[in-house]
Amino acid sequence: MDVRLSPEQRALRDSAIQVVDRLAPAAVRDLDDAERTAKLDAAVEASGWRELRSASSPGLGPLASAVEAAIVAEELGRGLADVAFLGPTLAAELRRLAGAPPTASRETVALAPDLSAPACATGGGLGPGAVAVDARDSGAALVLVPLAGGHALAGVALPVAPGPAGGMDLTRPGVPVARGATPVGVAGERTLGPADLQAWTALGLGLACADLVGTMAGAIRLACDYAGSRRQFGAAIGSFQAVQHLLADAYVAMEGSRSVALYAAWAVDALPAAEALAAAAVAKAYCARAARTVCEAAIQVHGGIGNTWDCLAHVYLRRALLSIDLLGGVGPSLARVLEHHGIGGSDGLR
Amino acid sequence: MDFADSPAEADFRRRLRGWLHDNNPGLPASSTSDEYWAGQAPWHRALYDAGFFGLSWPKEVGGRELPAVYDVIVDEELARAGAPPRPSLGYLVQGILRHGSDDVRRRFLPGIVDGRERWCQGFSEPDAGSDLASLTTRAAPAGDEYVVHGHKVWTSYSDAADWCLLLARTDPDAPKHRGLSAFAVPMPQPGIEQRPLRMINGITKEFGEVLFDGARVPAANMIGEPGEGWALAMTVVSHEREPGELGYVARYAKVVNELAGTVREEPGRFGTEQVRDLAWAMVEAEMLRLHVCRRLSDRLDGRSGGPEGSVDKLLMTEAEQAVGHAALALDGAGRGGGDDTWLNVYLYSRAQSVMGGTSQIQRNLVAGRVLGLPSS
Repeated sequence: MDVRLSPEQRALRDSAIQVVDRLAPAAVRDLDDAERTAKLDAAVEASGWRELRSASSPGLGPLASAVEAAIVAEELGRGLADVAFLGPTLAAELRRLAGAPPTASRETVALAPDLSAPACATGGGLGPGAVAVDARDSGAALVLVPLAGGHALAGVALPVAPGPAGGMDLTRPGVPVARGATPVGVAGERTLGPADLQAWTALGLGLACADLVGTMAGAIRLACDYAGSRRQFGAAIGSFQAVQHLLADAYVAMEGSRSVALYAAWAVDALPAAEALAAAAVAKAYCARAARTVCEAAIQVHGGIGNTWDCLAHVYLRRALLSIDLLGGVGPSLARVLEHHGIGGSDGLR
Repeated sequence: MDFADSPAEADFRRRLRGWLHDNNPGLPASSTSDEYWAGQAPWHRALYDAGFFGLSWPKEVGGRELPAVYDVIVDEELARAGAPPRPSLGYLVQGILRHGSDDVRRRFLPGIVDGRERWCQGFSEPDAGSDLASLTTRAAPAGDEYVVHGHKVWTSYSDAADWCLLLARTDPDAPKHRGLSAFAVPMPQPGIEQRPLRMINGITKEFGEVLFDGARVPAANMIGEPGEGWALAMTVVSHEREPGELGYVARYAKVVNELAGTVREEPGRFGTEQVRDLAWAMVEAEMLRLHVCRRLSDRLDGRSGGPEGSVDKLLMTEAEQAVGHAALALDGAGRGGGDDTWLNVYLYSRAQSVMGGTSQIQRNLVAGRVLGLPSS
């Protein structure tokens, strides 16, 4: 066992840090800078990060492990990168698992209204409220179609102009899928079985956890910088024990999260699907609880300013809220942990 | 980046699992009964003699010079077997290794590591807890000896100890952090009285207080130089804060496994809130296991000690107290019986946010030394 990042993984992290430091938003007003977001998208496109989970060649494994994808996700979260990554990565994973060819156009995945599971088309159409997540510049979203013994893939078209960014996460807009949208089948060589969906869910949870770790790191940095410069009672507020302990607890929660998230990412490719999903559920329960608390603390440290639109603190919180809900937050994750220990019937936790 | 065993690690794990199958003493959870503390010394010796303790320490002191990550395997297998955790004394070893002379290391460390000699740690005093450097126990030179007067408290295993790692004031005129020195004091002598403390869960064999009234210690038993006591104490407590050094991962996982077994046997007996507490205990115990994997891997770069130990201590406390809350929740389902094991696991968990430096002190250290926030 040696869970340090390899030299190649550290190099990947460094290049993600460079892109984020150069092109991610440094202030809330930057979110409206279309020129900047176009440059950020071009940099991510050139890096090939969105294809990390595509098949290296037809029928084979992914180009890179989930650990590499998680390294990128963490840095994008840290920098509040308003660029598509999670959605296209999860779409590429679905195509690879189903033995479907990669698509040249931008594509994401659609989830159930509460984001806790993939959207499923029964009786020829989607139910109300399905959401295409992380849908910036995506023309289509993948959904599941039940078959005997598993699921097939289908795609639904998304509106070309999704309208102004809004909703929970200001950096990764979701797009509602039109009610009754007709999914068009995506030809694949294999039916997605239960283990495929477990592995896919484990990847989604693992990437959400990595994003949460990065989001926490960014929020803590923002709050520490503010606590070091904002003065009251003739001193920097970061010198007051009440503020120090709030931030120390936030840092500790992030470090615990980092440990569970790292294992969850490793487990996606190294463990059987059921084990990987259990590791992901442990990580998600822990990271989801931690991230909300940490981002709330960042707002609190900023005082009144933290409650204004122009302070970045709420952008971190909003990004965290989406990652928390993605494929199941605290309750569903705890239920999965218990199921893995042979304790079922815990639906009350949801 | 790999959490999996290397071939050598897998072989070690197989041998340990086989040995545990035949040699698990089946002691109760460490925190709930004096029977555990009575059985701890033979368990330490058995584990060491079989080659499963002191793995990462130098061969010259009885260690095996294996990478520290082997301790993760030990913790995991002890938990799996429901065996007692490995002895918690790595922090003493680290303190003496770093500050002791060659002679002191050779004299004292092999006996600590192999479990033939028992040690306690005489740091805290009734008026020197979080403010440890204000301690007043005095060691005055007298020929080639020092004579000790003072009062130590929260001294773990003092009743069974052959030696005390004592922190005492040798220069009352120096500033408070500079006038301290450390000694290896022989416990069986007329100038030392040991009194057990009864903790809130009823155990008496873990903590004690020790009164020094003219106790004698040879000057050659000083560990480090005169005035080096504070530096040694900081080495010891920074390692005392690392769960990887303490082996508590196994203790928490053992309790969680037993609690989960209780729920599996009678699933209908427990309500949603109780089961939810158990789920959090599972998450927290697993978090700590994985955090220790990370921290022990960092040691491959030579990184250990330091202010990150305070982060580890706070995570360890969070895990222990979550496990304690689960034990309390599930005990609550069966009140009225005579077995108070789970109640006692819970009560013991309250000490974790105090011993080895309170959680408030750890947060001060994280804020100042990790986050770089301004001092007040």
